[in-house]
Amino acid sequence: MTTITEIAILVLAAFVGFEVISKVPNTLHTPLMSGTNAIHGIVLLGGLLLMHEARGILEHVILVIAITFGTINIMGGFFVTDRMLEMFKRKPEPAPAAVEGASADGAGPDGAARPPEQTPRGGAP
Amino acid sequence: MLAGTIFLRAANFIDACYIVAFSLFIYGMSGLTGPRTAVRGNKIAATGMAIAVIATLLTPHVLSGSSTPWLIALGLVLGTAIGIPAARNVRMTAMPQMVALFNGVGGGAVALIAWIEYRHRFGGTFALKTEIPTLFAAIIGSISFWGSGIAFGKLQAILPSRPIKLPLQAVVNLGLFAIAVASAIILASGTHSQALFILGILVTAALLGNMLVLPIGGADMPVVISLLNAFTGLSAAATGIALNNTAMIVAGMIVGASGTILTNLMAKAMNRSVPAIVAGGFGGEIAAPAAGGDEDRGPVKSTTAQDVAIQLLYSRQVVIAPGYGMAVAQAQYAVRDLEKALESKGVRVLFAIHPVAGRMPGHMNVLLAESQVPYDLLKSMDEVNPEFQRTDVTLVIGANDVTNPAAKNEPGSPIYGMPILEVDKSKSVIVLKRSMASGFAGIDNPLFYEPETSMLFGDAKQSVTDITAAVQAL
Repeated sequence: MTTITEIAILVLAAFVGFEVISKVPNTLHTPLMSGTNAIHGIVLLGGLLLMHEARGILEHVILVIAITFGTINIMGGFFVTDRMLEMFKRKPEPAPAAVEGASADGAGPDGAARPPEQTPRGGAP
Repeated sequence: MLAGTIFLRAANFIDACYIVAFSLFIYGMSGLTGPRTAVRGNKIAATGMAIAVIATLLTPHVLSGSSTPWLIALGLVLGTAIGIPAARNVRMTAMPQMVALFNGVGGGAVALIAWIEYRHRFGGTFALKTEIPTLFAAIIGSISFWGSGIAFGKLQAILPSRPIKLPLQAVVNLGLFAIAVASAIILASGTHSQALFILGILVTAALLGNMLVLPIGGADMPVVISLLNAFTGLSAAATGIALNNTAMIVAGMIVGASGTILTNLMAKAMNRSVPAIVAGGFGGEIAAPAAGGDEDRGPVKSTTAQDVAIQLLYSRQVVIAPGYGMAVAQAQYAVRDLEKALESKGVRVLFAIHPVAGRMPGHMNVLLAESQVPYDLLKSMDEVNPEFQRTDVTLVIGANDVTNPAAKNEPGSPIYGMPILEVDKSKSVIVLKRSMASGFAGIDNPLFYEPETSMLFGDAKQSVTDITAAVQAL
């Protein structure tokens, strides 16, 4: 890949990052941070790619540590984010009650089917 | 010829996997924008990560050599064996330090990988295109590793969370930064020196990481953690450029960009600039906590759990403003019980969440979600501030600086201009506090001396439990 292609990818990725994150509500800042925190564990790939080139004990030790660190970052990061988000998932049951006034329907307690403040791209798999 | 074709196919396949992987990162992260889609979004991103790792292992030569597969397996197993139990067992109140720790090891991995890159690729025919990102990754990764380590130490109370100031801090930091940049320029211009790389880059950046975070007070931690997260992301992206790896470039850069946004949001919520926070401490000159000089403020009214309960039951609307003290006392479940008790007696309860309450963005939300406080009772600062006029009692639980009216009224105050929860507008305020010590910023809080304020001293969890018991008994 040419340098210019890589820089183009870099810049586009930056915009994607800005775009995605600017929509996250305050409440989810912690899981968001810990989720993105897990994603930069991608640096693990660097350790994997370099291992076969390593020469001597020192380089092998350094790379095993790097791979360990990267794996801790990924595993711990995703796992802890999942734990946090599971706590938020139980929450929405009472949420429709709060928006009831706005929609003036009286759908009763099972109004959960209506997605109140979801992003418009609802058709996710 | 045939071998060449097969290699090409393999390379295309790997690239396709990387494209799938980073698409899943982006799609997964966009799921994090709503509480309903968030769990799935995180799992989608994790799937992307698994695909990226497997694709890398399938790359030609990656597993070549007799010991390579075993050493890779060793690293993966060790990392899993450490990471998962740590994530599983951490208490929600200890989440900021856990995030700091995971971030730190990521930065450490970046720095170590850059070191190996340097040993292999420099001094030969390798292009600046590899060298510059590698040096950048080494510096930023090292800063992130050591900075996160200090942040962890402060949050875990191994180190004092007050700003630790050294003489000529700014000059020393600038000097260290200059040394790192100068070393990078010398190395990139063709000099091959192992010693210069270790001393000039890794060690200098390590010192800088320490020096940058040591002077930062506990209240500024959300900003710092978020900033270090962005740093690690950027350094991972740089490593991706050096290694020609699209997945690393995209993933690292997304984290870098989102971390930057989050850092700015946090800083804005404190009406401070990121450089000012990194420069250290609140205002700088208030190093000593104003412990003794408060008497002129007037007397402080103290109250009892019983009286608080009566006051709460006479209210129509109660606002609870939690802060780091609630996390320290592990009082989130007790607070939830109090909320339920009051609701059952017909009192409306809201929670006022300051954007930087606690030690991590969204810290209070996570704790209250853990104790199952309904999502719609958590109000952000902008939503809740107009409510205070209609509020009979505001309970401030372990929050201090984010309720300090000096931020509005006293132009001389170090936190002047920071948006606050305007709890002083409510008819009465009850502050649950361990003692009269000032907040992490070391600033006295005039709120405590207001005529409508009373203090309930003691452990937050115990106090809240006592109030709940009294409410239920009445």
